[in-house]
Amino acid sequence: MKALQNLLEKIKPNFEEGGKLEKLYPVYDGFSTFLFVPGHTTPNGSHIRDGVDLKRTMNTVIMALIPTLLFGMWNVGYLHFLAIGEEVTFLDQFLFGAIKVLPMVVVSYGVGLGVEFIFCIIHRSQIEEGYLVSGMLIPLIMPVDLPLWMLALSVIFAVVIGKEVFGGTGMNIFNPALIARAFAFFAYPSFMSGDSAWINTSVKEGQAVVDGFSGATVLGDLAVSGTTQYSTLEMMIGTIPGSIGETSVIAILLGAGLLIFTGVASWKIMLSALAGGAVMGMIFNAVAPYALSPEQQAFMAVPYWQQLIMGGFAFGIVYMATDPVTGSQTEHGKWIYGFFIGFLAIMIRVFNPAYPEGVMLAILFMNTMAPLIDHYVVQANIKKRKNRLALKKA
Amino acid sequence: MSNVIKVKRGVDVKLVGEADKDFAAELPVETIAIKPPDFHGVRFKLSVKEGDEVKAGSPLLFNKDSEQVKFCSTVSGEVAQIVRGAKRRILEVRVLADKEIKYEDFGAADPTSLEREAIIEKLALSGCWPFFKQRPYNVVANPDIVPRDIFISGFDSAPLAPDLGLLLEGEEKELQTGINALAKLTSGQVHLGINADKPAGSALSSLKGVKITKYSGPHPAGVVGVQIHSVSPINKGETVWTITPEHVVIIGRLFETGKFDARINIAITGAEAKERKYHKTIIGAAAKHYVLDNVSDKENRIISGNVLTGTKIETDGYLSFYERQITVIPEGIDPELFGWLIPKTDKFSISRTLPSWLMPNKKYELNTNLHGEKRSYVVSGEYEKVFPFDIYPVQLIKAIITNDIEAMENLGLYEVVEEDFALCEVVCTSKSPVQQIVRQGLDLMKQELG
Repeated sequence: MKALQNLLEKIKPNFEEGGKLEKLYPVYDGFSTFLFVPGHTTPNGSHIRDGVDLKRTMNTVIMALIPTLLFGMWNVGYLHFLAIGEEVTFLDQFLFGAIKVLPMVVVSYGVGLGVEFIFCIIHRSQIEEGYLVSGMLIPLIMPVDLPLWMLALSVIFAVVIGKEVFGGTGMNIFNPALIARAFAFFAYPSFMSGDSAWINTSVKEGQAVVDGFSGATVLGDLAVSGTTQYSTLEMMIGTIPGSIGETSVIAILLGAGLLIFTGVASWKIMLSALAGGAVMGMIFNAVAPYALSPEQQAFMAVPYWQQLIMGGFAFGIVYMATDPVTGSQTEHGKWIYGFFIGFLAIMIRVFNPAYPEGVMLAILFMNTMAPLIDHYVVQANIKKRKNRLALKKA
Repeated sequence: MSNVIKVKRGVDVKLVGEADKDFAAELPVETIAIKPPDFHGVRFKLSVKEGDEVKAGSPLLFNKDSEQVKFCSTVSGEVAQIVRGAKRRILEVRVLADKEIKYEDFGAADPTSLEREAIIEKLALSGCWPFFKQRPYNVVANPDIVPRDIFISGFDSAPLAPDLGLLLEGEEKELQTGINALAKLTSGQVHLGINADKPAGSALSSLKGVKITKYSGPHPAGVVGVQIHSVSPINKGETVWTITPEHVVIIGRLFETGKFDARINIAITGAEAKERKYHKTIIGAAAKHYVLDNVSDKENRIISGNVLTGTKIETDGYLSFYERQITVIPEGIDPELFGWLIPKTDKFSISRTLPSWLMPNKKYELNTNLHGEKRSYVVSGEYEKVFPFDIYPVQLIKAIITNDIEAMENLGLYEVVEEDFALCEVVCTSKSPVQQIVRQGLDLMKQELG
């Protein structure tokens, strides 16, 4: 440990002003502070500080994503071998998935952090940790067969347009991970929707996809025919097609538990989104008889609680809606913000068959609305203060 | 008559190093210093030069903008040194103390029979005036303004705070006389907040002429700003003064004896202080009497005041004018391998990302490490957990950062001072210098509006 510290100290002059690699100081700083929390002390003010910092907070979110990542890897392998009708061991299933998923994680982090480093070098600023979470989220909300170069392009778009143009971590308006997904969704729709995107059906010689096998997601099924082949239990466990991390509600609940327990993500947003989704689901249940087409009628008649465990709803409200930067920042606002995410997500998915995944658009839309919600919450406080004064004068 | 107000949002940071509840043998005070930086926003002019002889109560400095307000020596002796900093700013006026203190005589008087103007004149002339602080802006009170109310917090809830019962022991009479003087200064009431959880000695609860409110709950229940906010928040255009009970005692002595008798009691606290006791001393006394040979061999930080709002001083420094304790904690200068990842038990956190939630009663030996680097605001809802005001703290801080005076006004900057945000600064994930930002906002608002 001491040796490592000495090494860092030894190479430091190269990166400081006048050094050969002066321009790369943010890179040096990023790595050295990754290894060592620096011995910086408090200036005057509060002399002691809470042990938490942004790195720890972000790391907690990554930990909360691990169950979905591991399950996603296994599920990729499981569905692949199911599609080609081969029975293999659990380990083979997991390894197959890992080989597919890990490169996506590596590309996401490599490209994303690369772009961040470039911006930090240009701005001569410190690397901030925001991308550590986005980098993990992005592969988890993509279909497994998305080509890596498309993933890389989505990441670049998300980091540059979604984040850096606004000033970097903490300044962005839209959730960067969802920007990446939206980019891929609109730029490469054939890779992001339909029946063939969600399961890897690449076959070697001698293998073939089982006759009549459908790779459609639950929501894809429902949008087309109003019925789905998957049971509630399968949706809970997650052995269904979908984006890599979104399928298992149980894995997501584990993550949600950690996030709520540590206080890193807002339970208010999660709970109100759940309520919003349930309310919209109930409204659909009630008005289903008046639907325009039989398919839509069947989709509307899906029990409201089942809507909540389908598709990316759970993943979205646990990991994406709770992003503190792009979400509502006032405690009252969080209730409203969350509620409408749930409400709109279910509405979009039922009404618009072209976008079966409503939660992405619902969150992006509410990202735009969050500052407005906060504005009115804060205005109410200001008004209260002014009334207090008026009352006193009267 | 008194009701209990429960402060819900806040946190007690439990630290090792509370002072034993007894007094150390009294040490003679050899030197004192009055430190102009303790009085924010005052433009000072010297009344003395090096070598002058002064008595306790003789003016050392005065306020250029309000010449009647004097800043007086707390001992008699010789002006030893005037320490200046950049741009010849006066940093300290040091006085070498006589063995026996000689006092200026301001004449004993009964405040109940004096007019407001006469009381103010006496307080301003004798050096007692700077005890009053004014909100908005957290500056020495302006004697030309009649405050809406005067607030006194009768207990200290900060980490390792001394017990006010011990600090005020035997001063009941002076306290009451002081309160009588205070009552003449305001058009409203003199408010006193006392601790509902740990009732202090009789000194406070038997006072007459004050409106007593009891508070329970974690820090910042004892912070006067919280008490003002929960009893009667400050509106635009209103002025409220605050003062501590120790200083009311000194005002009481002035009226009882006619002397500026600035003897106070302080507590020596903190994990790195060897002998932690209460001491009888004088405002502005040299810290060396209490910390020299009394701190561990580590690299330490000596704080005049508590760990949340105190000022860093050196071993040869002096007690700050408003503080009632000295805290010694270790400096956190060692880099820590993967310090952001390892869930160590020696760090405190209000979040559950560290294992501190497992040990709610553990006393910590916290050091001065920042535990991370300054970042943009990312996490939300964090300050609100420790900020018991009906004010949006982060929005207010952002208004200050962007110099938006109208927003600062609207969001309630009139009601708060730096110390109200001390816990926000502690818990901030982004390591934002919150108190410094609040000070900037107050300065800007004072400059533009006040």
